[in-house]
Amino acid sequence: MNFFLTIVLDGLIQASWLFVVALGLTLVFGVLKILNIAHGSFYALGAYIAATVVTMVAARSLPPSVGFVAMLLAVAMIASAVGWLLERGLLKMFYGRDEVVLLLVTYAVFLIMEDVTKLIWGVNPIYATQPYELFGNLEFAGLYYVGYDLVLIPISAAIGFAIWFGLNRTVIGKIVLAVIHNEEMSLSMGVRVNRVYAIAFAFGVLLAALAGALTAPKISMQPGLSSDVIILSFAIVVIGGLGSVEGAAVGALLVGLARAASVHLMPQAELFVIYLIMAVVLMFRPEGLFKRETARRI
Amino acid sequence: MHPLVMIALVAAVTLFGRALPTWTLSLATIAASNALISLGIVVLARTGNVSFGQGLFFAAGGYGVALIANAWGLTDAVAQVIVGAACGGLLGLVIGPLIARYSGIFFGMLTLALSMVFYGALVKTTALGGSDGFNVGRPSLFGMSFTDPREADFMLYAVSVIVTGFAGIAATILFRSEFGLASLAVRENNLRVEYLGLSANRIVSINFAIAAVFAGASGAFALMAQRHIDPQFAYWTTSGEFVFVAVLAGNQSVAAVFVASMALELVRSFSNLYLPNTWQLVLGIFLLGVILFLPRGIGSLWIRDRRKRRTAADVPLAAERGAAS
Repeated sequence: MNFFLTIVLDGLIQASWLFVVALGLTLVFGVLKILNIAHGSFYALGAYIAATVVTMVAARSLPPSVGFVAMLLAVAMIASAVGWLLERGLLKMFYGRDEVVLLLVTYAVFLIMEDVTKLIWGVNPIYATQPYELFGNLEFAGLYYVGYDLVLIPISAAIGFAIWFGLNRTVIGKIVLAVIHNEEMSLSMGVRVNRVYAIAFAFGVLLAALAGALTAPKISMQPGLSSDVIILSFAIVVIGGLGSVEGAAVGALLVGLARAASVHLMPQAELFVIYLIMAVVLMFRPEGLFKRETARRI
Repeated sequence: MHPLVMIALVAAVTLFGRALPTWTLSLATIAASNALISLGIVVLARTGNVSFGQGLFFAAGGYGVALIANAWGLTDAVAQVIVGAACGGLLGLVIGPLIARYSGIFFGMLTLALSMVFYGALVKTTALGGSDGFNVGRPSLFGMSFTDPREADFMLYAVSVIVTGFAGIAATILFRSEFGLASLAVRENNLRVEYLGLSANRIVSINFAIAAVFAGASGAFALMAQRHIDPQFAYWTTSGEFVFVAVLAGNQSVAAVFVASMALELVRSFSNLYLPNTWQLVLGIFLLGVILFLPRGIGSLWIRDRRKRRTAADVPLAAERGAAS
């Protein structure tokens, strides 16, 4: 029983940050119809920026809570600026091309970002562990957990709720939904579709970078981080259905739990299990779990 | 171009290898072997599907050859290529029909997922060396073994150029055949192809198997060139590079695939030389530039006018999204 609980808790912790990354990916796909390969690079960017900020704060011997807040603020500002600039400066030029071409454009961005992060932060692993001790250690049903890990669960649930609320209960959200539903119609109704694109992309980048910042204290930042994360978040959004917020949540839970279960039961199968789930879901529901089939024009 | 002219061209390029300096020789070997797998992607792309998981067949070919070479002492280069092609092709025959009903992004993602399943399995298989992989011996040819490194390099160059060249000729013939034209029709509209009484799934499956055969043979070349194999063969960034070459080439000309592959290897080795830690950066900018300024690939540089009338239909990778929906 205890063992089972360990798996569930570990799975939830994994799922929490994966959900935030996948949310950004699925939102960008929903609005812009771009499957963003560079999404993992923005996660890595967030993690690296967070590490820099945390180290700077710690060097001035300020408390780690300041570092935690500062890293989130810095990442939020830089990431949304980067996202906005990328969409306006680069992606805009490729609209109207095939989906696969846009995929390759983001692949090029991924390649560029890989080296840019290497140029700025070097190839050696860097750490930002100070905020990790922020919430102490907690005992939960006879198991000891790092408080920071457990705090990630409500944080990501709150982010998820905020997105859901923002999309379904606010005017801006309704406009975004309208663009997702029918871009041409929204354009003719006076929606500034270009602006919605820029906002959605910047927001997607922001979510990826925030997830990076939130996980930065848990991990070591080194090259290769982005390609691992993008592969996981691809699996999540494909399982859940591209463009679906609920899908991202369920996909993240499935992947998080599967990963935790395989780490505890069958460590050899860790990577394997996730893609197996993805392949099985695609076999039976090619559109993912949460996406309705759409009619196509013949 | 007439097939006989192409055969003469292949022979000329092979003999030209005699005049090349050693470093160019190994570069050209890798370029030819990458061109082979990218040619497979182009073949498949003519049905409108881009595979982001050719690394799966690349690794299947490589591992298949490496295991057989180590177990039974099979070192003959030509036999190794055939074994590699067979390993890739068999896997392609199994996976192709399962995957043929997907299209667009889902096709790409599913192929990527399958190659990552394979990667994950390889990394954790300690019997195959895990993430470190293992080494294989030097290849021979028809009973001759090559001790002089230059001779060995030339042998590998000759085999890879000849095999890739013949694959290119076969692909050209395929493109002009009834089947090749039906593949283009699948890209335009698979439902209409079905209405005409052809099976779109079968067309995609066959093209998929061809691409897998090419990828498996290419994996055998990569193995012979490096004499080492590791799971990186199946990693998604490896597949990404092959898609890169295919995009660079466009799908109008088989020759463009070779030019693109050579261009990529040159860019890679020059940026390795002059910009050691930023070759991905160079590659990324190069890719963006090609997509922006040569949307139909470098093949469009010399096949511009002849097909002007059919341009819209000729570009699967750059078809207008607006027009399609």
